[in-house]
Amino acid sequence: MQNIKYLFAGLLFGILLVKSEVISWFRIQEMFRLQSFHMYGIIGSAIIVGMISVMIIKHFKIKTLTGDAIVIPDKKFSWGNVYGGLIFGLGWAITGACPGPLFAQIVSGSGFAVTAVTLLSAILGTWVYGLLREKLPH
Amino acid sequence: MDLITQPWPWYVSGPLIGLIVPALLIIGNKTFGISSSLKHICAACIPANISFFKYDWKKENWNMFFVVGIVLGGFLAAQYLSANHPVNINPQTHALLQQQGVKDFNGLLPKDIFSFGELLTLRGFIFMVAGGFLVGFGTRYANGCTSGHAIMGISNLQWPSLVATCCFMAGGFIMSWFILPYLLRL
Repeated sequence: MQNIKYLFAGLLFGILLVKSEVISWFRIQEMFRLQSFHMYGIIGSAIIVGMISVMIIKHFKIKTLTGDAIVIPDKKFSWGNVYGGLIFGLGWAITGACPGPLFAQIVSGSGFAVTAVTLLSAILGTWVYGLLREKLPH
Repeated sequence: MDLITQPWPWYVSGPLIGLIVPALLIIGNKTFGISSSLKHICAACIPANISFFKYDWKKENWNMFFVVGIVLGGFLAAQYLSANHPVNINPQTHALLQQQGVKDFNGLLPKDIFSFGELLTLRGFIFMVAGGFLVGFGTRYANGCTSGHAIMGISNLQWPSLVATCCFMAGGFIMSWFILPYLLRL
């Protein structure tokens, strides 16, 4: 039951993904063709708000609801950030979905249940990465 | 009610998405990120003795609750909070896509590409099956996606996340400008 709060957080995120049209394949095409500010505005303003929030949390040493210190692990660089990033970018432009929208597209309207196939395929892609991980350059 | 059912402008939805970062940190010391859920699904369902998937995925349960929430929220928004207008994209994008072979502009995705019938065509297979594979493989290889790297990582001033985000964009530009026009014509 502890985890129900994350379900609600996800629910709000899901509503935002649909209402902002981030899950729209058309919006993603517009973004990559540099023909609209919409997606850049969303990602950019989300980053600014996130950044200010993290600064406030660190500066005032804000604690979690249960009183623990908030810890944000650092991201270590690997060449996987580059190779994997490029591969993901190719897929993002084809499917019009990054992983969050993958989950929301399925229920986004009549006929789009077919994108469950896209999600299953993404799970398969993740699995194949795990399988080949030691052979890939990082 | 109109304000709700209209698409929400970027300056409303973007900052609200940004607030998920502190919300997750404060309610449970969790860092925002979605693509890990795909890894946990692999670890829970098809670990196949691969060391990458041998860890206590139950400890990462919160992430699964979060993505189930996304599905529910997506459903609520699409069913009850939307007027189902076509996406109001730039007319130039519309014209270009039409010229490249997209016919249906009525939904959030083009139905002439994303449908069960199309799955058995080469084009449909590439857009749904191959595309999804690249998203899953690429995000895990990059160790994060738009939420984990672009929003969470850059918010926390992590330069590897900035590198990853630039590569996401570069991959998208390469696909949209140089490859997609051919794929759409298949």
